[in-house]
Amino acid sequence: MDILVCIKRIPDISGQITLNESGTNIDDSSLGHTTSAHEECAVELAIQTAAATGGTVTVLTLGPAEAVEQLRAAVGVGANDGILIEADNPEAFGPEDIASIIGDVIRDRAEEGQNFDLVLLGNDAADTGDFQVPIRLAYDLEYPVLTGIQTLSATGGSGGSGAIEAHGIGPAGTEAFSLELPAVIAVQEGGIDPRYPSITGRMKAKKARIAEYVAPEPGAGNPRIGLELPPEKASAVTILGEGRDAAGALVDILEEIGVIRS
Amino acid sequence: MTLVYVETDESGQVQLTSAEALTFARTNADVLAGSVLEAAVIGSLTESAHKQLAALGVDRIHHLESADLEAYSAAAWAQALVDIAPETGTVLASGTPRGMELMTHVAVRIGERMAANVVAADDEGLLRQVLGGAAFERLRLGGDLQVLTVAGHACNPEETTPTTPEVLTHSPEAAEEDLRTRVLRTEVETTDGNDTTGLTQARAVVGAGRGVGSENGFGEVLELVDHLGGALGVSRVVTGLGWRPHSEQVGQTGSRITPDVYIACGISGAIQHMAGIEGAKTLIAINTDEESTMVQRADYAIIGDLHEVVGAVNEEIRNRRG
Ligand SMILES: Cc1cc2nc3c(=O)[nH]c(=O)nc-3n(C[C@H](O)[C@H](O)[C@H](O)COP(=O)(O)OP(=O)(O)OC[C@H]3O[C@@H](n4cnc5c(N)ncnc54)[C@H](O)[C@@H]3O)c2cc1C
Ligand SMILES: Nc1ncnc2c1ncn2[C@@H]1O[C@H](COP(=O)(O)O)[C@@H](O)[C@H]1O
Repeated sequence: MDILVCIKRIPDISGQITLNESGTNIDDSSLGHTTSAHEECAVELAIQTAAATGGTVTVLTLGPAEAVEQLRAAVGVGANDGILIEADNPEAFGPEDIASIIGDVIRDRAEEGQNFDLVLLGNDAADTGDFQVPIRLAYDLEYPVLTGIQTLSATGGSGGSGAIEAHGIGPAGTEAFSLELPAVIAVQEGGIDPRYPSITGRMKAKKARIAEYVAPEPGAGNPRIGLELPPEKASAVTILGEGRDAAGALVDILEEIGVIRS
Repeated sequence: MTLVYVETDESGQVQLTSAEALTFARTNADVLAGSVLEAAVIGSLTESAHKQLAALGVDRIHHLESADLEAYSAAAWAQALVDIAPETGTVLASGTPRGMELMTHVAVRIGERMAANVVAADDEGLLRQVLGGAAFERLRLGGDLQVLTVAGHACNPEETTPTTPEVLTHSPEAAEEDLRTRVLRTEVETTDGNDTTGLTQARAVVGAGRGVGSENGFGEVLELVDHLGGALGVSRVVTGLGWRPHSEQVGQTGSRITPDVYIACGISGAIQHMAGIEGAKTLIAINTDEESTMVQRADYAIIGDLHEVVGAVNEEIRNRRG
């Protein structure tokens, strides 16, 4: 089974965020970059599924030239090759644009004889969290789509003829689905542990084959007017004390809240 | 008009998140062009859900029930909502996985944009959470019909002068194509701990992060969980290292919790973790680092080694019990 995984370059944030001068985006100039946890899991699922069925994994991103770093990282853990759709102003693209441009590249590849049986994405991007690109892409391609999927078990071979069973957490328990391929699946963290790159992986990553496209002008565009940060709250913490001596004060508070079992 | 997709639980009660979404729709009616409030319930409509919807100010209930909609299929359920959606106004749901999925399908099917995790609406447009709640995006959707999801805790469910909603019953048939993604079977987890309901419903959650030190370092925190009849929640470092299962993870890519008290032990307070605990009423930090975000954001904190502090807390609880 040949699998395409769509990953997005995002700033690696853990502490304070600052905005750029125009307030339209995060200032990521001093930040490292990564991809979201959901997408790391999607890459891992793709690698395992391709290995089980005898197939390939291609990773794709729409982003700035630097996003090649994220494609290489995915090759480093086992993807075969990458596709960069270069856009120097990624924030000008809305989820409709991203989905339709990815759809065009998939059709373009099909014309060249490369048919992806399965397209995996993250459930939601860690930065914009639009929850839309996978579903919009599926409609664009006229493929069935599932979201929130944690594990896959392939039941078919390549050539778009097989089927796949997918599992995700629903409101009442783990839900199982069976899909005819080709299909689009949005993956959620939790069902599988992404692997770390090996030494040989890192070597492979350097030599990764990356096909390049240039993104067309955005159509629908991004509906964003600007970003805002929540007002900084002054710390209002009451320090109860240090070490074991403060235990009594904490138990007093828990008693007051009424959460200690009698 | 505003149409709200309402989720009910196994006992047929309206989910808290849906009650929030209905309140959001009602209190923002002027901006959302929603002077009439409609609710759509798929599956059974219990007497108690009917009463809850009346108390929440719903003018009309669409009750959709049919063989084709019995098992969940996002495409089929979304089409059923599209068929009853107003021409202008708003269609919304709460920002649950189902809500997100259905609203995106609805938006694509009617050719509109969608905004996820909205927290406020005014004449300038919508405000929604991005970066797991660490920032907000202001945006304008345009179009005749706005499609959106309301972020959890964007507002508190609020009852109003009760209405006497009329019930319109529909039994939609789905296109074959829309049934391709139907749920085949649901396995209710009992043993392997994939169940997160304990964590999301608990009144007291004890959080454990890297500071616990190792897989074998959970003794004290688990005892405290037991004293509180609560649940254990962990950081992604803990699940990433394989110390605890992902079902216990709290944060942007884990559970979002709403306990009366959250006691974060050895957790630094990265934004992705904080995203999951915004709904906690009282936040207590136990950490060696007074400067850590978790301590700075907490209501109360104890500075020190968590094993020592939590051990002493357990001892104190045992002593007071006598
Ligand atoms: C896309 C994305 C999604 C993410 N989603 C999540 C998520 O859902 N949930 C989540 O939690 N994280 C998430 N993260 C990871 C997040 O950025 C942090 O890396 C993580 O929360 C840190 O975990 P921690 O606080 O346990 O570890 P650390 O940041 O290493 O902090 C350990 C803390 O323990 C304290 N400490 C050390 N020893 C002791 C001791 N003996 N006693 C008391 N205190 C001690 C230290 O002072 C420190 O504050 C995500 C990251 C990304 C990029
Ligand atoms: N610019 C992009 N390039 C590649 N994949 C993307 C891009 N934007 C979004 N995606 C994929 O779509 C998923 C959902 O994104 P979103 O709809 O923006 O929340 C992400 O987890 C990615 O897998």
